[in-house]
Amino acid sequence: MGLGTYDFALAIGGEAGQGIATPGDILARIIVRRGLHLSTYNAYQSIVRGGHIFLTMRISDGEIQNHGDKLDLLLCLNQDTMNRHQRLMGPGTRIVYNSDSIEPGTEDKGADLCGLPVLALTDNSRNRLVQNTVGMGAIAFLMGIDFSVLEESLTLRFQRRGQEMVDENVKVARAGFDYAEEHFKLFDQSPPSGGKPLAVWSGNDALAMGGAAAGVKFYAAYPMSPATGVLHWMANNARNLGIIVRQVEDEIGVANMVVGAAQAGTRSLCATSGGGFALMTEAIGAAAMMEIPCVFINVMRAGPSTGVPTKTEQGDLWQVLGASQGDFERIIVSPLDTLDAFNTMAEVFNLTDKYQCPAIVISDLYISEGRYSVDPDKINMHPNIDRGALITEASDTDGYLRYKDTESGISPRALAGLEGYVHVAATDEHDEDSTLLSDEFTNPHKRRQMVEKRARKFDTILSDIAAPVLVGPADADVTLIGWGSTDGIIAEAVGELNAAGVSVNHLQIKWMVPFHGEEIMAILSKTKKTIIVENNYSGQFARYLRSETGFAADGHIRKYDGEPFAPHHIVDGVNAQVNGETDKYIPYQEITV
Amino acid sequence: MTTTEINLTPRDFKGKSNPDWCAGCGDFGVLNAIQRAVAEMGFRPHDIMTVSGIGCSSNLPGYINTYGMHTLHGRSLAMATGVKMANHEMNVLVTGGDGDGYGIGGNHFTHTARRNTDLTYIVMNNQIYGLTTGQVSPTSSIGMTTKSTPFGNVEQPINPITSAIMNGATFVARAYSGDVRQMSDIFQQGIRHKGFSIIDVFSPCVTFNLTNTHDFFKERIKKLEDDGHDTSDWKTACEKAMLFGDEIYTGVFYEGDRSSLEDVEPVLKEGGPLAYRKLGLEKDDAQKIIDRMM
Repeated sequence: MGLGTYDFALAIGGEAGQGIATPGDILARIIVRRGLHLSTYNAYQSIVRGGHIFLTMRISDGEIQNHGDKLDLLLCLNQDTMNRHQRLMGPGTRIVYNSDSIEPGTEDKGADLCGLPVLALTDNSRNRLVQNTVGMGAIAFLMGIDFSVLEESLTLRFQRRGQEMVDENVKVARAGFDYAEEHFKLFDQSPPSGGKPLAVWSGNDALAMGGAAAGVKFYAAYPMSPATGVLHWMANNARNLGIIVRQVEDEIGVANMVVGAAQAGTRSLCATSGGGFALMTEAIGAAAMMEIPCVFINVMRAGPSTGVPTKTEQGDLWQVLGASQGDFERIIVSPLDTLDAFNTMAEVFNLTDKYQCPAIVISDLYISEGRYSVDPDKINMHPNIDRGALITEASDTDGYLRYKDTESGISPRALAGLEGYVHVAATDEHDEDSTLLSDEFTNPHKRRQMVEKRARKFDTILSDIAAPVLVGPADADVTLIGWGSTDGIIAEAVGELNAAGVSVNHLQIKWMVPFHGEEIMAILSKTKKTIIVENNYSGQFARYLRSETGFAADGHIRKYDGEPFAPHHIVDGVNAQVNGETDKYIPYQEITV
Repeated sequence: MTTTEINLTPRDFKGKSNPDWCAGCGDFGVLNAIQRAVAEMGFRPHDIMTVSGIGCSSNLPGYINTYGMHTLHGRSLAMATGVKMANHEMNVLVTGGDGDGYGIGGNHFTHTARRNTDLTYIVMNNQIYGLTTGQVSPTSSIGMTTKSTPFGNVEQPINPITSAIMNGATFVARAYSGDVRQMSDIFQQGIRHKGFSIIDVFSPCVTFNLTNTHDFFKERIKKLEDDGHDTSDWKTACEKAMLFGDEIYTGVFYEGDRSSLEDVEPVLKEGGPLAYRKLGLEKDDAQKIIDRMM
């Protein structure tokens, strides 16, 4: 995992509407400009005002892909935050709060209490957001960040709103900084200067950017948490990049518009969460039957039904496996982190164009809404674009067969509007020339031929994608198996376990369909003890692995409380299973929001 | 639409398959009128995409020689909107029935009218579900007995004309499938109209609807043009569209000149059809995106 010498986490808690996002964003930018890595996770509820929001931000000079196990600094914007989270803060940590309105709680575990007399430090009692800026100043001092750095960030942030706004914020932050310098104890370690400046993005940004880089020209959506970030990115960039973005009446309309635009020839994309995905599924089958390439993103949240709209889960695997009626081929991929999400988009669009089929990308709230640092040089904004057997020029030859039964099963597909390639795409079963088989012409031999033609396309697809790789010592005592967004969390747990003398390696699965069953079995047949880690109750991946390979894991670590795993949850789960205490470990969620 | 001289006949727009409709089905007349309209307008088969949903009338794309999509039940307008966004230079016709368009597809009907997407939507309205062998439809009259309403339909039918006008469609007409000349004229006006054109066509089901027959319509139909109807007067249009008794009007009820979706979509201002554009990002655009993340 390459953990560095500095590993610091701070949290900001308050209620919706108290302006947590702004200090979070300002601090994030300070961190990445310094070349430090960042991983943030925001725990929140589905309300616009009130409730409890808890933003965790972890900072390191090594690469980090999760929000970590501990907190060093807590900024309380309301009493509720103090009451809920004081117990998490032990000796050596700091709790920063507005001492005018917030009292220390009753669960003192040894943190330094850093109360800020906000009213006395500012003459601006009218602005209830002022405590955030005073707090930011104090945090900058405590962390060992020069005030000039904060001043620069505040200037960048507020300059659009005029010099007066900049001056006021800088003045208030300075008051917080100076007060902290006089009264509080600096942390022992201050953030080192990392390498070159990094960038910051969310998983939803990465998915949208990946789509744009892959040549998406049509994006449709109906707002749904936690996928709405993809829509917002697309909407903000649409005009500049020549992407048509439509917010549609429902996800049924979204999916069907995407299929229609793709049939006419554009690369087309949509994103939603499980509920919206349920409405899209009939159109996914339509894309399969008409052999139209298009991509559907499902950003998973805790279900079923409305479920917990603002919480994470890996609960939709079987939903996407079974999406739409009938027996047909689809691509399903679960990216491992934000950069992987970005890269996956170009890869999956090339695959759908080559194989003329629908593809489903399953992300989840944890990576989609989390914000992470990324090395900008690793973001390839000009990936290879391969549209497969696409006819783009008119022709005077007769006898075009849209669904020609070729050796590979792949039939050249024409852009709509070309002379010489007039054809119908039908959701009814059809012949090579699109004539319907399903009404008066039903013909079992042709039906069999067309089913086999479509299926044959996938005979070679596995060779186009990378097989999963076992990471860590080959002869480890324990093999942890995960899928999708848990990659960075499991990897860190593996590092900690090995450091503590428990020999563990790690196999993370990204491609669900097609599935590298043989390659995976070649790895698993040599393992000693296998534990599957997943963010759901029933072990959806464990069941899928067994259905595809016959392999049943020895143990399981599962979490289904809406919150993501932290590395120590997995460490504890492995230790409990190595010690023979259980073969299914359900970690306790310490931070409740 | 092409401006060069092309002498195609309705026969050139005959599809690969022969219609599987019942003898006497109103849909034959609609198909003939569409083929006649597009031939008379000088289109070539590859200038047009015909998109349908599911149902007897939705089989139409297989019977006409144009690009086509025979999609899902109720989803023709959504699919067609996608097609039109991807290639706004194609003439997109949407065909289907009353159950497909006003029932299961009702939400898309409402919102397509609101968006005023430049589609020509021809609904073969037979006031019954035919392919499923005769159940009540959203346009079935009160009292009508069908297999699913053996004691008579109790629900008020939808009025496609007033609904379309209220929701923002900018070309709203009604025709009768027994009058191919009038249909062809209205279809041509609808295709020429920039914006969402909806033409509701009484297209009798000779097998399952024994109430709204050819004779039923022949006795009642009056033409709006004979009354000197002003097509910019949406209030009178709605009043006349509500009549479904001794007098039933056909013709163009309403035509407005609100901008179509393609006209207000900035991405389509220049650069040709989206589907034919170069893929991938310009270097400068890509760099700006990265810079904003720093």
